Amino acid sequence: MSNPDSAVSSVDSTLAPALLSAHGLHKAFGGIHAVENVEIQVPQGRIVGLIGPNGAGKTTLFNLLCHFLPADQGRIVFDGQSIESLSAHTIARQGMIRTFQVARVLSKLTVLDNMLLAAPHQTGEKLGNVWLRSRQIRREERQLRDKAQTILECVGLSHMTHTCAGALSGGQRKLLEMARALMADPKLILLDEPAAGVNPTLINQICDHIIQWNRQGITFLIIEHNMDVIMSLCDRVWVLAEGRNLAVGTPTEIQSNPQVLEAYLGH
Amino acid sequence: MVGYLVSLAIFTATYALFSLGLNLQWGYTGLINFGHIAFMTVGAYTTVLLSLNGVPLVLAVLAGAILAGILGLLIGISTLRLREDYLAIVTIGVSEVVRLIALNEEELTQGTRGVYGFPLPLASLNPNLPLRLGMIVILTMICGVGVWQIWRWLGHVPQGADRSVPLRRAALGRQRLALGGYLLCLGGSVTALWWGFAMNTGFLGLAGASAIAALGCVYSRFSHPLKTASHQSWLTHSTIIAVNLVLGLVLMVYWAGVMGLYDYTYKAGLMWLLVVILGFTFWQLQRWVHSPWGRVLKSIREDEEVAKALGKNVFRYKLQSLMLGGAIAGIAGAFYAWQLTFINPDGFIPLITFQAWIIVVLGGAGNNVGTLLGAMIFWVYDAATRFLLPSLVTLDDARLGAFRIMVIGLLLIVLMMWRPQGILGNKDELTLGR
Repeated sequence: MSNPDSAVSSVDSTLAPALLSAHGLHKAFGGIHAVENVEIQVPQGRIVGLIGPNGAGKTTLFNLLCHFLPADQGRIVFDGQSIESLSAHTIARQGMIRTFQVARVLSKLTVLDNMLLAAPHQTGEKLGNVWLRSRQIRREERQLRDKAQTILECVGLSHMTHTCAGALSGGQRKLLEMARALMADPKLILLDEPAAGVNPTLINQICDHIIQWNRQGITFLIIEHNMDVIMSLCDRVWVLAEGRNLAVGTPTEIQSNPQVLEAYLGH
Repeated sequence: MVGYLVSLAIFTATYALFSLGLNLQWGYTGLINFGHIAFMTVGAYTTVLLSLNGVPLVLAVLAGAILAGILGLLIGISTLRLREDYLAIVTIGVSEVVRLIALNEEELTQGTRGVYGFPLPLASLNPNLPLRLGMIVILTMICGVGVWQIWRWLGHVPQGADRSVPLRRAALGRQRLALGGYLLCLGGSVTALWWGFAMNTGFLGLAGASAIAALGCVYSRFSHPLKTASHQSWLTHSTIIAVNLVLGLVLMVYWAGVMGLYDYTYKAGLMWLLVVILGFTFWQLQRWVHSPWGRVLKSIREDEEVAKALGKNVFRYKLQSLMLGGAIAGIAGAFYAWQLTFINPDGFIPLITFQAWIIVVLGGAGNNVGTLLGAMIFWVYDAATRFLLPSLVTLDDARLGAFRIMVIGLLLIVLMMWRPQGILGNKDELTLGR
């Protein structure tokens, strides 16, 4: 288990090398073992699903992967680099961007500012540069604004550019959060229930966007309860139950897996 | 009169500078700092003690600002990883610790006896006519920019009341027209007040001023573009009247400043220097908070988890905000000492921190223009009640002092009920859900 590449090949030799792989992750809150010896592999350029009954530890696993919570034990390798000791913002800067289960937008900032914030490596984010390189900052801001506008048009929020993000509906917030993640030039986006609380038409739109962005080279790891979404998007699905790995396979395999059915239906 | 107005201007500007630091920390970054006075104490004592020992004043002030910034660094490193409430507790503790150190380190600070006789800036200056005129021109320019800022903001007032664009556009033209009327009323009230003071008949002046202000109110009612007597429009107009009163004060103080500079006095020179520093700080702060750096600060205020998830080093930004705000308060501390020409630890009690909070809340958190306005309103209130209340309310001095503070509390409650975003705050922002 020490070499992540061999672990990937042991799971499925036909897949691309893993962009993100984690082994032996443990996390306990007091006496409750939220995540126990969990493994997960996300191959480069794929869309991977993560499902499991409520309380299975999916969101906790997300938090461990991007270090919003420190793991008690375990190894995480992202893009060939061990990241379990890095801080959350460093991991995000390396190209692993997460969204939240309940969409978190900066409600008092405009939609555009929400987008601009996400852009990585901005000159104007350093105080000294605000003094010394104002022209470069202005140029960058113009470019970023164009880029943000393009992404917003793509997700259908371009008419809201100058509205405060707090005025958006729940579904629009989900879209904004995804658009914002895209603005950060990520290699991998972790989506926590992108379809939760969203109407069916918008769900289809969200799925289309995910597929489109995936074609452009972004890898996805998606937590979702909506099996239609999982079936239509994912190449591979990992199942968690009670904080442990239960199964892994293609969506069709998972749907007919008796253990998974038992975990969900409780027979 | 001129001397008093100049002193009032110095106090206002010192508090404005001090509150701008707090606004950066709390208004923009969301750091609850209940010990802002600690930075001022460090800044004041460092400047004064260094300059007493022969260090040039400029270097002494810089050292004071840097030491205040370092205090921010220390507080930040030890507490910023905790939740906000703990920061509030630690900062108020630190401010008391700093004051008690100043009280008890008698060899350094002379304790309660205080420090005095320290060098003052521009004190020995005896400027010739061109230099004095140059100072006046610079003062005029800064005041002009300030008034222009407020004017520009006034043009945007109707936006909060009605959101439909055509109405707003129609309203804008008449708003400017109405503003002319206000300014007329304002000129009248200021003249009446001035005359009242000059003739030593405060009551008469007051009566005249209120009569003209009342006329202004009536005028505003009829000139309102929508002819509605709604709650909102009343609020908008009362805000405009308040702003106009402040504008009037600016004019009066400006005039006093010009007179003071012309017959050069130390206080007038200090006021000039302070206005220049305040203008520069304000300009820089505006640049910072409207840069991508400021955007990160605001995102931390809104939701630091999001900032973290997007790769921003939240801790570092919070430290920078705390240190910069502290350094600004340190500079304000130097001016505080120069204005008083005597400092002892009793001048650095937590009350001053909360006065800065009143100023920031009053003007609207996260708005630098609002902070300036808040400082002016606070000191106008202070001055007005100091002189007018004794003739209106028959109480002894101690009770009168308490009464004035009570009224501030009442005003804040009223403000929070009717205009919770502060005077210049954006109402839209408050009504948004998380």
